[in-house]
Amino acid sequence: MRKDKERKQNQSEYCWQDTHFCKEEFDSLNNMFQLLTKNNMHARAHKLDRTQFRDVLHSIFHMTDDIIMDRVLRAFDKDSDSYVNQSEWVFGMSVFLKGTLEERMEFCFQVYDLNTDGFISREEMFHLLKNCLIKQPSEEDPEEGTKELIELTLKKMDLDHDSRLSFMDFSTSVKEEPLLLETFGPCLPPPASIASFLEYCAKAPDYQDYESQFVMSSPMSPSSSQSSVPLVWTHSRVARLVQPSKVPVAGPSHSNQTRKRQPLEQHK
Amino acid sequence: MGQSLTRAAQWTSVSDGGQGKLEFNQANEALVNSFIKFVEGFPGRHPQEAAYVFKTPLEWQTTVTPSAFSGDYETSDDAVKSKARDKNDQPLLKVDKLGELNYKIQVSSLEQLSNFLKIAGEKKVVEARTILEVNKDPVAKMLGDGFATVEGDDNSTLRLLDQTNKDDSESAADMQTKLRLLLLAQQFDMQLMNQYLKDKSQEVRLTPQQINNEVRLLQSFAGDDETCALESIKFVSDYEFDNGCRAPPWRQVHGDICYVKIKPLDANEVSVTANTAGVYKNKGVEKEKENSDYEKDGETFKDLVSLLSAVSPKFRDRITSKEFALHEEKKAEQMVTYIEDADDEADYGERPTERGEKGKDEKEEKSSKQQSNKKSKKKSAEKPKKLQATLNWKNEKENENEQSGEKKDKPEKKISRQQSVKKSKTPAFEEDYSESSTESEEEEETSDRRQEQNSDLPSEYWQIQKLVKYLKGGNQTATVIALCAMMDFNLGQETCQLAIRDVGGLEVLINLLETDEIKCKIGSLKILKEISKNTQIRRAIADLGGLQTMVAILKASNKDLKCLAAETIANVAKFRRARRTVRQHGGIRKLVALLDCAPFGSLPMTDDSEKDVTVAKCGALALWSCSKSTKNKQAIRKAGGIPLLARLLKSDHENMLIPVVGTLQECASEKSYRLAIRTEGMIEDLVKNLSGENEELQMHCASAIFKCAEEKATRDLVRQYGGLDPLAALLTKGSENKELLAAATGAIWKCAMSAENVTRFQDLKTIEALVTLLNDQPEEVLVNVVGALGECAAQEPDNRMAIRKAGGIPPLVNLLTGTNQALLVNVTKAVGACAIEPDNMGIIDRLDGVRLLWSLLKNHNPEVQSSAAWAICPCIENAKDAGEMVRSFVGGLELIVSLLKSEDKEVLASVCAAIANIAKDEENLAVITDHGVVPMLAKLASTTDDKLRRHLADAIARCCMWGNNRVAFGQNGAVAPLVKYLKSPDSNVHRATAKALYQLSRDPNNCITMHESGVVKLLVDMVGADDPALQEAAAGCIGNIRRLALANEKARSK
Repeated sequence: MRKDKERKQNQSEYCWQDTHFCKEEFDSLNNMFQLLTKNNMHARAHKLDRTQFRDVLHSIFHMTDDIIMDRVLRAFDKDSDSYVNQSEWVFGMSVFLKGTLEERMEFCFQVYDLNTDGFISREEMFHLLKNCLIKQPSEEDPEEGTKELIELTLKKMDLDHDSRLSFMDFSTSVKEEPLLLETFGPCLPPPASIASFLEYCAKAPDYQDYESQFVMSSPMSPSSSQSSVPLVWTHSRVARLVQPSKVPVAGPSHSNQTRKRQPLEQHK
Repeated sequence: MGQSLTRAAQWTSVSDGGQGKLEFNQANEALVNSFIKFVEGFPGRHPQEAAYVFKTPLEWQTTVTPSAFSGDYETSDDAVKSKARDKNDQPLLKVDKLGELNYKIQVSSLEQLSNFLKIAGEKKVVEARTILEVNKDPVAKMLGDGFATVEGDDNSTLRLLDQTNKDDSESAADMQTKLRLLLLAQQFDMQLMNQYLKDKSQEVRLTPQQINNEVRLLQSFAGDDETCALESIKFVSDYEFDNGCRAPPWRQVHGDICYVKIKPLDANEVSVTANTAGVYKNKGVEKEKENSDYEKDGETFKDLVSLLSAVSPKFRDRITSKEFALHEEKKAEQMVTYIEDADDEADYGERPTERGEKGKDEKEEKSSKQQSNKKSKKKSAEKPKKLQATLNWKNEKENENEQSGEKKDKPEKKISRQQSVKKSKTPAFEEDYSESSTESEEEEETSDRRQEQNSDLPSEYWQIQKLVKYLKGGNQTATVIALCAMMDFNLGQETCQLAIRDVGGLEVLINLLETDEIKCKIGSLKILKEISKNTQIRRAIADLGGLQTMVAILKASNKDLKCLAAETIANVAKFRRARRTVRQHGGIRKLVALLDCAPFGSLPMTDDSEKDVTVAKCGALALWSCSKSTKNKQAIRKAGGIPLLARLLKSDHENMLIPVVGTLQECASEKSYRLAIRTEGMIEDLVKNLSGENEELQMHCASAIFKCAEEKATRDLVRQYGGLDPLAALLTKGSENKELLAAATGAIWKCAMSAENVTRFQDLKTIEALVTLLNDQPEEVLVNVVGALGECAAQEPDNRMAIRKAGGIPPLVNLLTGTNQALLVNVTKAVGACAIEPDNMGIIDRLDGVRLLWSLLKNHNPEVQSSAAWAICPCIENAKDAGEMVRSFVGGLELIVSLLKSEDKEVLASVCAAIANIAKDEENLAVITDHGVVPMLAKLASTTDDKLRRHLADAIARCCMWGNNRVAFGQNGAVAPLVKYLKSPDSNVHRATAKALYQLSRDPNNCITMHESGVVKLLVDMVGADDPALQEAAAGCIGNIRRLALANEKARSK
């Protein structure tokens, strides 16, 4: 028992007080990491690779946007080795699930700052927002809408008027209007999935428990690891995590049939 | 058949062809069709009659070619003969060629005629028409000239019947067939005539007056503006003949009234003839007669509107929507006026949601008219209301200001609220806040204003339109950006609010509420919360079903979301339909649930519990708005809202207290709430908050006390918790804030109903403070001030002097000339109370106050009448030379006697009391006797109301002093009912009745009546009463009865 505990502490030289989690959640996340990485080969032992991480984001937190998911990985990956190790996993999750506004702002800014130069430029915005609007075949310039959106965002958030967003700009305007936290696309999990995920974590802190509840669809071999292998959750309690109430993936307009999408006249 | 053809059918003038033709119109078409139906069905129903051979064949020119005939016909190229022959071997149907495609046909029986029509196929209508045109009297042809249609009595049938009976067997059968055929023909004729009459009766005859009115009406809709129904309408000729016609005399002969040129919005100008028979298009009538073509072109309509509707679809749309709107409004108004508080029923009368856009446009021009109309109705509806509804002036004023005021209202509302209460508009201030019964008036009359379509639209309009486009066609990221950008607009500005609505943004915003995206919901609600300060937006939100969604959001887990939803509901639920919707979707229960936060002061505030408090505050705000409907008040109570409100009342945040106290004071109009407010210990908190800093809060507390202090126990509690001192302090402090002043004086008024409170007010020198408020205050304040003074003066003699010394009497007397009913009631009471003191009376008399009081007897409000009459009593008692004074009022005595016809018990009692006082002066008694006071009083004697009984008996006792009034009372049957008064439980009634009976018993006949009614036993009991006046009067009466009996006995023994 004692030995086991020591082993764990050696592996990860951090403790649960450093995170926002309670002990149970902390252990549970560690266990989960073990489970997710248990079939990894030696070179990547105790590390999540890009595909695995994306699977987690996709299956548990329903993220779909590839760009964003990659950026989330970057935000987790403090040592920039393209893998998420256990401490990065736990600390990342701490911000991801329970971060303070300040932490979440930083996190989001990192996600949006594609080239990590400390600024979100127009080009980065365009990259992030290009799929936001449903393309109208009638429009002459399909990118015009996106450009307009960027102008709107800059007008609202670019407080020092240098045509790009610094972290200062970002944090000031988010503090004023919290809705702007995820301006350029959802990069944090929706509250409902956070709540149910944490609830689950708090209840199942034991590794053995995981064993009985998760079945990996196929053992991960080095060859097949490149193809994305979805996690299949068999337990009914977990199934709830995977399928929470319908989340509009492609925007609110999709979730509602009554809204008519009609082209509006152009007024100059 | 002949009758219908000559009378019913409409023929063209004979001139143009030698032969008259049937006009092509509906009536004739119906006639021809019935004829065809009759003929075709005839052989089947009456084979024997159908075979009857006509006296002379029906003959006409046909276009049916011989080749069409087959079967039973012998056909050649240009001739046809039927195989069926008559007795003389002549064919029953014969076709001969006249010329190219022109044949002459002869038919001798209905059977053949029927066959022919079948053969004619498609042409049968034409053929039938020709048959009827050529054979104007078919019956005569069929049966012989003896049966020709004649004007007046037609004896042909009788003659035929006689013939049939007389004739011998041989031809009898033939005759009978003939008779039956005739009868059938006549029956058919009758049917046709009936049908024709029915049609004819629906026709109208127009008069010049009608046409003139209609043209004038339509002229008011004319113009080239978007809102108009037509472009122009004018008479062709300006000259009007004496008879009102404008058509030239030679056309008047034809029934033409005038000619009108109408230019609809979407068609060419039409020239219209208004004829007595209806309105139709002509082929162009000009002023220069040469060019005029009077001929009719197209159908006849019953009036111009229906003609225009047929010509111009646009006109039809406009006019129908307009009529619709107008009609609905009237209905709504009626409901509103007559149904108080019953919001469910009344809601049906509300304007429908799907009212056409155009109707909205056009309503504008009518709204002013309707508003004034409404005002007057409102007044009449308010009349019977109880006096407590004294804060309503604000409502009206606010309603007027609302339109302009809200425009200016900027988002920085919260700040301005703290800075100046006057400017801030919390829910209660926007409309009625004291009485839920007035809820019917609020906001129903908001005139819908739209942006003029082609006027310069502000740049915001286009920007908002673009944002709405992104809202519609973007994923949640784009949606959130667009929402945030929209929040940057000045959403308090009406242009932005309406722009959002006009570009369809409201639908999208409300739609977003139904998604699962919390961010979108929050953003949408933030915008809705701001723009719902506009009354039109509120209605639009309710129409789009936004309330239902928001109510559903109330149980969301996100607290921000709950807050925003509750705040938006607070804004939207300012009109009755919205409040009902909230209730019906379980919103009240959910809102009450929001109030449930941790008790204050128990734990140090954490972020979380602070959020809970904010949620509770928002819930209270929404409940405040909702609590203006009676049913919602009950719903709040049933949902367990009262203890929660009581708990929140312990809070020390002004932001929290204002909506909570606002809700409480709103609900305090319900008895159950008043009880709960007292028993839940809320009075203490209300009193505590009276001494706070925030004037708005003080105002709501004062007005809650105002409403609750109707009950004595509450008044005592207010005193015990030391609430009278801060109330009195508010009088001087709050002199700038009239609403606060009104509430404070109202509370003082109600509290002054307890004598102990009056004593406390005396100590606080409240009387003096109140008297200073008699000048230059809004009526609202005055009503309460005067009410308070009246209460103080009535209960404590010292106060009467205090009022005099403070110089309060002249302003009070001055107020007698006012028009506000509630104020008048209170002023008369106050003046009456002051008049009890002789010194005061001197001043009142000098200021001509009694005459003013007397004039108020003419007021239509029974409450004013009665309180004026009550006030007159002490005046007469205390005035010097009262009799002379009363006589100096021209028509005064007649007026007061005539009030005995009133149906209001209180008026009757007060007038009786006044008459009892007037009758002290003999000369005045004589005058009122002449005005017939005796029979009128006698008529009232059957009442069961003790107050009225007492004063009636007093008046009767006094009136007995003149002439033979005693006898007259007896003759009018007043005596027997009076005896019954002695059985009443009220000793005041006993005393007055005994006095009256004593006076009446001086007439022997009355004694007999009394004795028969069993008065003696009752009186004997009264003699033993404690009241010496009663004893004396009862004994005197018994004495009189006894003396009569003795005299009677003496007379008999002699």
